[in-house]
This record gives sequence, C-alpha cells and structure tokens, in this order.
Amino acid sequence: MVLLFKKERLSFFLLPVMNRIEAKFAALKREGRGALIPFLEAYDPDPATSMAILQGMPGAGADLIEIGMPFSDPMADGPTIQAAGRRALLAGASVGHTLEMVREFRAEDDATPVVLMGYLNPILAYDPARFCLDAAASGVDGLIVVDLPTEEAALLAGSAAAHELDIIRLVAPTTDDSRLPQVLLGCSGFVYYVSITGVTGTRTASVGELAAAIPRIRAVTDLPIAVGFGVRTPEQAASAVCAADAAVVASALIDTLASSLDENGRARPDTVRRVLDQVRALADAVSKARVAMSRTPAGVDAS
Amino acid sequence: MNHAPALPNTLRSGPDGQGRFGAYGGRFVAETLMPLVLELDTAYEAAKRDPGFQKELDYYLKDYVGRPSPLWFAERLTRLWGGAKIYFKREELNHTGAHKVNSCMGQILLARRMGRTRIIAETGAGQHGVATATVCALMGMPCVIYMGAVDVERQRPNVFRMKLLGAEVVPVTTGAGTLKDAMNEAMRDWVANVTDTYFLLGTVAGPHPYPAMVRDFQSVIGTEARAQMMAAEGRLPDVVVASVGGGSNAMGIFHPFLDEPSVRLIGVEAAGRGLDSGAQAASIERGRPGVLHGNRTYLLQDDDGQITEAHSISAGLDYPGIGPEHAWLHDIGRAEYVGITDDEALASFQLCSRTEGIIPALECAHALAHIEKIAPSMTAGEIILMNLSGRGDKDIFTVAEHLGAKL
Repeated sequence: MVLLFKKERLSFFLLPVMNRIEAKFAALKREGRGALIPFLEAYDPDPATSMAILQGMPGAGADLIEIGMPFSDPMADGPTIQAAGRRALLAGASVGHTLEMVREFRAEDDATPVVLMGYLNPILAYDPARFCLDAAASGVDGLIVVDLPTEEAALLAGSAAAHELDIIRLVAPTTDDSRLPQVLLGCSGFVYYVSITGVTGTRTASVGELAAAIPRIRAVTDLPIAVGFGVRTPEQAASAVCAADAAVVASALIDTLASSLDENGRARPDTVRRVLDQVRALADAVSKARVAMSRTPAGVDAS
Repeated sequence: MNHAPALPNTLRSGPDGQGRFGAYGGRFVAETLMPLVLELDTAYEAAKRDPGFQKELDYYLKDYVGRPSPLWFAERLTRLWGGAKIYFKREELNHTGAHKVNSCMGQILLARRMGRTRIIAETGAGQHGVATATVCALMGMPCVIYMGAVDVERQRPNVFRMKLLGAEVVPVTTGAGTLKDAMNEAMRDWVANVTDTYFLLGTVAGPHPYPAMVRDFQSVIGTEARAQMMAAEGRLPDVVVASVGGGSNAMGIFHPFLDEPSVRLIGVEAAGRGLDSGAQAASIERGRPGVLHGNRTYLLQDDDGQITEAHSISAGLDYPGIGPEHAWLHDIGRAEYVGITDDEALASFQLCSRTEGIIPALECAHALAHIEKIAPSMTAGEIILMNLSGRGDKDIFTVAEHLGAKL
C-alpha cells in the first residue's frame, strides 16, 4: 500500500521524465534523420569481444543498440543468428550475463538506448518480475520478445510497466489492418516492423513493399517505426529510414563477425574493428539518407 | 437465491478460448505466424461443425486407413504375467503402420478446405513423416518433411518410404539433429511460406489449436476402444497405458476416458539411460514448465531456460517437451506419468515379438514394459488397455545394433 501511494504521489508531482528511447527519437526528429539500430548477440563469440563491440557501437554511429539474448531454439532466426546463438551459449552466455554486459556498458554510456531481443523461455526461467527489475536496474530500456504475441503479453506487461521498460511489439506483413490496433495495444518505445515473411537474414523487402507497409502502421500509431529482417547493406538501411524511422541491421553484422573468426571459431585481433567499420558505413548511409531523399523528391533509387 | 447453472462435470471441455489447459498451452508464436494460427483455429472450428467434413473424414478413415482398428486380447502375455487381462488397441494395423495417420487424414482434408497447396511437417521416428507423405500423395499435394539428421540416420527405412511417396525429406543438422530441431526448422519454413503452406503438425503440442485439434482427430482411438471393450468385457478397463513423447497416441486413447474416474490413465515417458542419467526424455518427471514451440508445458531445460537435449532409444519419444493437455492432467492428478528406460523397452520389444507375434514400435515397447511392472500384482478380474500405437518394422535396425546383430 505504501509503495502504491508513493508511486502515485511521484507521478502526480513530478513531470514525466523522457526515457532514453523517447529522448533519442525526439533528438533524431529534431535533426531530421533516421536511426541506425545495430544488433549484436551477447557473448558472441566470447564475452570480451562482444563487450568491445557493444562499447564501440555508439562511437561508430549506432543510435540505439539491440542485444540478442541467446536461446537454444531461436525459431524466428535464420542460420546466421542461429550460429551466433550457439557460439554465445558455448561461451557461457546466460540471461544474467547479458544483463551484466548492459550494466558495464551503462557505466560509460548513459544515453544510448539498449533494447534486448530474445525468446520467452529464458525470461520465464529467470522469473519475469525479477527479470524486469534487474533489466531496468542494469540500464535496459526496452524488450522485444519474439514468441510473446499480444495475446499472451500479460505474462510480462505488468512487470515491464512497473519498471518502465518499453515493450516493443513486432508487426509483420501478415498483420492485417483489422489486427494492427490490437497488436500495438500496450506497445511503447517503437514499433518493430518485420519487413518480410521469413526468418532473419534471408530475404529483403523491396522499397515498394516498405512504402506500402509503413503508412499502414503510421495510421494507427504515433510511435517511431523500425524496419528489421533483411536490412543488410548501407543502401537498404538508407531506404528503410526513408520509409520509416529506424533500420535494424543484424545478420549482415554477424556475417562479418563470423567471417572474421579463426578456424576454431575464436575472434581475431581485427574482429571488433571489422564489425564496427561496417556499423560506421551503415550509420553514414543512414545519416545522409533523408538529405539525399530531400534532394531527389521521387525518393530513393529502387534498385 | 439464483444459482448459475452448474457446469457439466467434465474434464473433456478444454482448452479454453485462449487454448489453455489450466496454466498450459496458449499461442506463443511470432507475430508473423499469429494471424495464421488464428485463421487455422477459425477454419478448424467451422470444419468441426460441418457434418460434411466429418462424413468425408469417416470415409477415408474406413476405406483408406482401415478403421476401426481391432482390440486384441493379448492372452499369452496375460498368462505369462499372471495378473490383469491385457488388451491391445491395434493402431499399428492402420495404413502406414501407426496412429499418426488418423490426424494426418483429418488435417489434410482441413488444409484442402483452407485452400492450401503445399504441406510441411516435422518428424521424429518418421512415422508422422510417412503418414503425412502418404496423405499428400493421396491428395496430390507437394510435401516437405523436416527430420533431424540423427533421426534420418537411425530411421532409414522410413526416410526411403517418404521419398517413395514423393515427399522431399530435409535433414536438419542444427542442435542434436532430432525432433526438436526438425520442429524449429518446420516453423521457420512456415513463417517464410505463409500464403500457400499448411503446417501438418504431428503431435498434441504447438500453438493452439494444434493440441486440441490433433487430440480430437486421435480420439477416434479411445472412442473405438471404449466401445470395443464394452462389447468384449461388458465394462471399462481399469487401467489405460500409452507411451508419451509429444503425447498424441496417449491423448487419443485417454481423452474418451477422462470422465471415468474408475479408469487409471498412465503415460509412459522415455527414461532413456535412467531418469537421473541426464540422458532421458521424461519432460514431466524431470522437466519444468516453460515455453517452446508455441505452447507452455513441461520442458527439459537448464537453470537459464535453455532447452536441453532429450535422449531415447525411440526416436518418436526423443523430444524435450510434452503436449500441454498432458501437463495439465499431470498437475490435476488425473493421469500418472512414469518412466521406462531404453533397456527395459528393448526387453519388452523382444518379448512382445516372441509372445504375441507382434513386433511393436519401440515407443509402444515403453508402454508394455510398464505393464509388465503393474500387471502381475493386479487380479485376473482386472483389465489393462494399451495403445499399441505403431509397428516396429522401422526399429529393427536400431534394435539389431543394440543387440549386436548385423543386418
């Protein structure tokens, strides 16, 4: 009771503080550009390398960062992220370790929003309430839980709200207009548009497909929209932020990491640099995209 | 005082509208699949209400599958063990040699009704893959079967059967290369082929409505067995025993008996090299509730919620989860779940072959091994009904290897 009263009093007297995700998208809006959201799998291929990549990402131009929480059975992921998850689990990854990484990252960076993406079962095993408490305390800003559709969201919604974690919902090409409002009910932070029907890292949505899909979502929400699944190249990331507000790049970065490993699957001295160079190239294209678009009113080249 | 009308006192009304059996079941799939799962639910509910659908299914079950399957009094095993009378429900006599075809027949008719033109399925032992390939051949539909690479190796005869039937068999090399991995890969195919593809799931697991739908199609086993038992003995059995991997053959024979409190229901899980050996597939006895493959149920998992590999000599039981209705029946105490090891199953496999002239699937050998434990202490007036859900021809290579025989 006391706690409830306190919370009520706080929200009554204090102005709502913008969380990191809101603040970031507000700043980007002022700058008139879209966001790059690079992805890394926690502990892939080892704790130190993935920590170095995480810490290097903001400097390389990441606006937000998405961290994958490894799971033994990643049903929505293609071969690239499946392999990343296997390497991470072999390296000792766990939910607790992923949260520790964020805590360490937050010691140096209090501004870049961090979103965790994963599957439900490790969160259930950790305990949803304790997970949300620890995630928020570690400096996590939002959660994307792939196999937790709106229909089952109550499992996590209360705890996430209590600790002011955004629940970022996935919208897919199969989500029709009648279902959209229901899917976005309780969604906060941003909307994650899964731009293809398929697993991660396999196909890429065309510019035309994105141009048709994004306004459909805009019609029912004011939240920023990120495009993920199949965004690989700087050009594709640029197209994504022209149609939407952010581009998530995952498999392409992991492919770079994987190709840099030695024959035993261990990081080489240039692994971190190669991944961050690619982030830099993507960030460069994303930051110039809207400017380029305003010069060519017809929009980006569809090739 | 106004009382709300009393709810019928039944355990057979589940799941609820959310696909829940108590705390289990549900629909834990990515948003891409969610509209498809909802569409399937609507289509299945409509088919269930359509007498034409049931009539069509009955026709295929009778003249193509060969139903009803007989109820066999296993007289020599009964005499050998000297206790309860043992009856087999002979699902191994179905076309394709197992119970799996019951649900495949129902689902392929539903897929056709829904206008789907391509079928995918997962398989462990290959029995579900063979049954799926069979009904696809019958309907002239292309068919892709995902099968763990390890299972492809240990179930070669079934792989060849599927290919003969025109199916494409895709070996899955991720994970341990068994049923769990095949299921992951089938779901990945489905998410990439949402417009034309029907996922013909083989067991009473997965997102709602699969657990309820597959159970309904398999309940023909228990419904027939009940009537046959009444005809043969004039009463219900005292115990019903079935092996449990995902749990479709057990759910099929249990369900029509759920509301008969006098009938004990026993599901036999694979204890592999021993329940505490770390190499087993006993999800209820050694697992904890969690979410995998679209449903909440008992799962073999580590402290971090990573799914652990199951082990069983029987590929059909080699799965780290179990259907959600079983999880619920366990929690409310309506059904009991016990474990039988690889070695015990191997011994039963041989005993059944020699004594009844029936080579049982290794899955069913688990159920029989448990009956060997309980039958002798029961009276001659008591009756045990076992679901002999598949024949063992597919297992002869595995068994030969374990017995040191060269084929």
